[in-house]
Amino acid sequence: MATNSESKFNSAVNVSELIAENKKKKSINNYMEKLVPAILFLLASITVLTTIGILYTLISQAVHFFMEVPILDFFTGTELKPLSQNPEFGILPLLNGTIFSSLIAILVAGPIGIMSAIYLSEYASDKVRRILKPLLEVLAGIPTIVYGFFAFTFVTPLIRSIWPQVEATNILSPGIVMGVMIIPMIASLSEDAMTSVPNGIREGSLAMGTTKLETTIKVVIPAAFSGIMASFVLAISRAIGETMIVTIASGSSKNFTFDLTQSMQTMTAYIVEVSGGEAPAGSTLYYSLYAVALTLFAFTLIMNLLAKYISRKFREEY
Amino acid sequence: MENLEALHENNKMNARVRKNSIWKSIFFLSTLFGLVVLVILIARVLFQGASWIDLDFITGRLSTNADRAGIMGAILGTVWVMLVVIPVTLIIGVGTAIYLELYSKKGTIRSFIETNISNLAGVPSIVYGLLGLTVFVRLMDFGNVVLAGGLTLALLVLPILIVSAQEALRAVPGHLSEASYGMGATKWQTIRRIILPAAIPSILTGSILSLSRAIGETAPLTVLGIPALLIPFPNGLFDTFTALPMQIYYWTIDASLVAEYANLAAATIIVLLLILFILNSVAIIIRNKYQQRY
Amino acid sequence: MNMATDNKVQIEVSNDHTTTENNTTQKRVVYDTKNLNLWYSENHALKDINLEMKENEVTAIIGPSGCGKSTYIKTLNRMVELVPGVSTTGSIAYKGNNILDKSMNVEDLRTRVGMVFQKPNPFPKSIYENVAYGPKIHGIKKKALLDDIVEKSLRGAAIWDEVKDRLNENAYGLSGGQQQRVCIARCLAIEPDVILMDEPTSALDPISTLKIEELIKELKQNYTIIIVTHNMQQAARISDRTVFMLNGEVVEFSETDQLFSNPKDKRTEDYITGRFG
Repeated sequence: MATNSESKFNSAVNVSELIAENKKKKSINNYMEKLVPAILFLLASITVLTTIGILYTLISQAVHFFMEVPILDFFTGTELKPLSQNPEFGILPLLNGTIFSSLIAILVAGPIGIMSAIYLSEYASDKVRRILKPLLEVLAGIPTIVYGFFAFTFVTPLIRSIWPQVEATNILSPGIVMGVMIIPMIASLSEDAMTSVPNGIREGSLAMGTTKLETTIKVVIPAAFSGIMASFVLAISRAIGETMIVTIASGSSKNFTFDLTQSMQTMTAYIVEVSGGEAPAGSTLYYSLYAVALTLFAFTLIMNLLAKYISRKFREEY
Repeated sequence: MENLEALHENNKMNARVRKNSIWKSIFFLSTLFGLVVLVILIARVLFQGASWIDLDFITGRLSTNADRAGIMGAILGTVWVMLVVIPVTLIIGVGTAIYLELYSKKGTIRSFIETNISNLAGVPSIVYGLLGLTVFVRLMDFGNVVLAGGLTLALLVLPILIVSAQEALRAVPGHLSEASYGMGATKWQTIRRIILPAAIPSILTGSILSLSRAIGETAPLTVLGIPALLIPFPNGLFDTFTALPMQIYYWTIDASLVAEYANLAAATIIVLLLILFILNSVAIIIRNKYQQRY
Repeated sequence: MNMATDNKVQIEVSNDHTTTENNTTQKRVVYDTKNLNLWYSENHALKDINLEMKENEVTAIIGPSGCGKSTYIKTLNRMVELVPGVSTTGSIAYKGNNILDKSMNVEDLRTRVGMVFQKPNPFPKSIYENVAYGPKIHGIKKKALLDDIVEKSLRGAAIWDEVKDRLNENAYGLSGGQQQRVCIARCLAIEPDVILMDEPTSALDPISTLKIEELIKELKQNYTIIIVTHNMQQAARISDRTVFMLNGEVVEFSETDQLFSNPKDKRTEDYITGRFG
């Protein structure tokens, strides 16, 4: 290049020629361009393999179980006595425990979560929200084993000091603590739904002289309703799949009861109990793990798909 | 008459305004509820466990004797498992994210994989435990060793990492890759030299967050049959191990047998929370420091 | 069959300009565009473009927003393909090879044809690494040679004196005008034949703009430059020939002095006298 060919530059070197020469032997580059996408595709397919692995594991093993225990007996049986001389495998006690613990959790987290969402989305100043929201998220980052410890060693004794009939292991305490755990989920998803309600709708209502409360209840919440519903469904799904809190604080009694003061076992806690108890591989007891896990998987999958369906409908509204 | 009516209206308005401010306080208190529980939880754990933490507790071996029990084995176990989780999730997670964001065309394959990933994120962790038990522990016959635990936890947190890595790649402005293509760079050169380096801080943040999720996970490990009382320290991928959350679990459920175990559990929780706190702080520092000014 | 029509067009085009090009006829044609049409999905963005661009000249492309001038310049190094759904007909011969042909290697083309973008877009790397990027990806690894190339390119872009003491600092610490000159240096580092500039000064202040314009005049001695600009004065100041585009069509293409002083087309006159656009 003529403009600045000062003497110190090696004028013999012509960069463009050098590049052209390099290009002739650029075999490695060409190779990489084809190889890399193939490798990346293989890596991406691992997630699909995981799903296949889960489905295959659960179904293939559960089939063994259902060859020994009729499906109908499994889903309608109110007795679960896997270790007795005449074992019975009815899942209803576990469904009972799962539904109760999730119900208690959502009764705690629902109102508190949605009221937190209202505060954060409609009332809090930007500054306050920026402080409160991450703090609330910390709740979601605490390992569930810590909540289990908290439920067992603090909340249960606290409840028992007020209500002595409550047993040392019971479904009430883990239900409440699980509720605390899913508050941030409901709060932040509902808040997202509320903040995405266009401001024009809000202003239209406020301009008619309504208070913020009235606008929130009559305008914002109805507009964000499906988003809020989706957050509830997701939170319930999370509660159904939650394991450690109920395993620790609700014990392992396979009671088919509506008495909250008693110990109940959830599907997840059953899996922990049986797999931790060194169930001999190949036994009905061992296979029952997979039948229960398949049921659990189906429950959470349906909930997640439902949440997705609801929130997709909600996105179309604006 | 008109004045009276106006006054009447006014009163009603006052009542409505009062109602609004009462509810505002209720909403605020609800927001505080979660935080108050958080404070009680942390205070309770600190109160119960802090006095049990000393050098002997951190560096000691496990023991049935509460006074002599230490958690070094569990710490080492957790570290070993993370040595599996980190490379496995980073390679698969970032690779998948690059494929989805930069190679796959918008269409069926991409949306199929993305839907699959979002469904995987909703699968209960205990189901991953059964997958690990069936595939890694039994089928591949690793036994309940570090590798089996690490791979199981890696699959569990993979969806989180993929989604955050996708966001990180998407956030790299298009004009940077344009400049690279304009120089005659190939696609892979552009990704490796421009897009990936620019996305790395955010990818690191996401990977630390998914790592802290893996560190706290307990349920899959219980299914894999990870032992509670294990005296030897793990020294490799094929050694049996125990981990911090497993230690907390066994000490908590055995607290009805030996009361001091509850204190040991609390002390271990403090250590676990401290590790998570440090990891999250590092993630936030990385994010703040490297926020790019494109 | 194609050949025949192509030839005909070529003759027409050259007839069109014989009178105005007596002093430039000995220069080689770098880009020869024939019957170029381009669609973004359904949107017909470029219509029957026929243009000849010659080496060591500055060709400016002007026209109102959305006239297709940016699309056209991005077609010249096939960057336009980064937008999904683009289709073309016709041909663009670059030194005799049709670049729209499937067999054309775009990486080779872009190595020969550099590009400077509207917004300065240095990489989030050091100034040195920015300039050394091109040579490195094209396989030049020797440190001493890279040092030479970086200095030569930065000098060529008239920014060496401003940055020589901070080559290892992030390019984002520079002002917008300096960043743009680093981007030009980055482009020079692989010694392209042509430099495409897509509104290179539109994001810059007047002083930086002036520096870049002076640089362009200097670079003309060694490079063929094609510049898109929305600034008519800029086109008049720096270019040898000017293309005026409107609604995806070339309205007028002639020597810059002629186009601005004596436009042949009414629409050109309306545009340069500010009646629209």
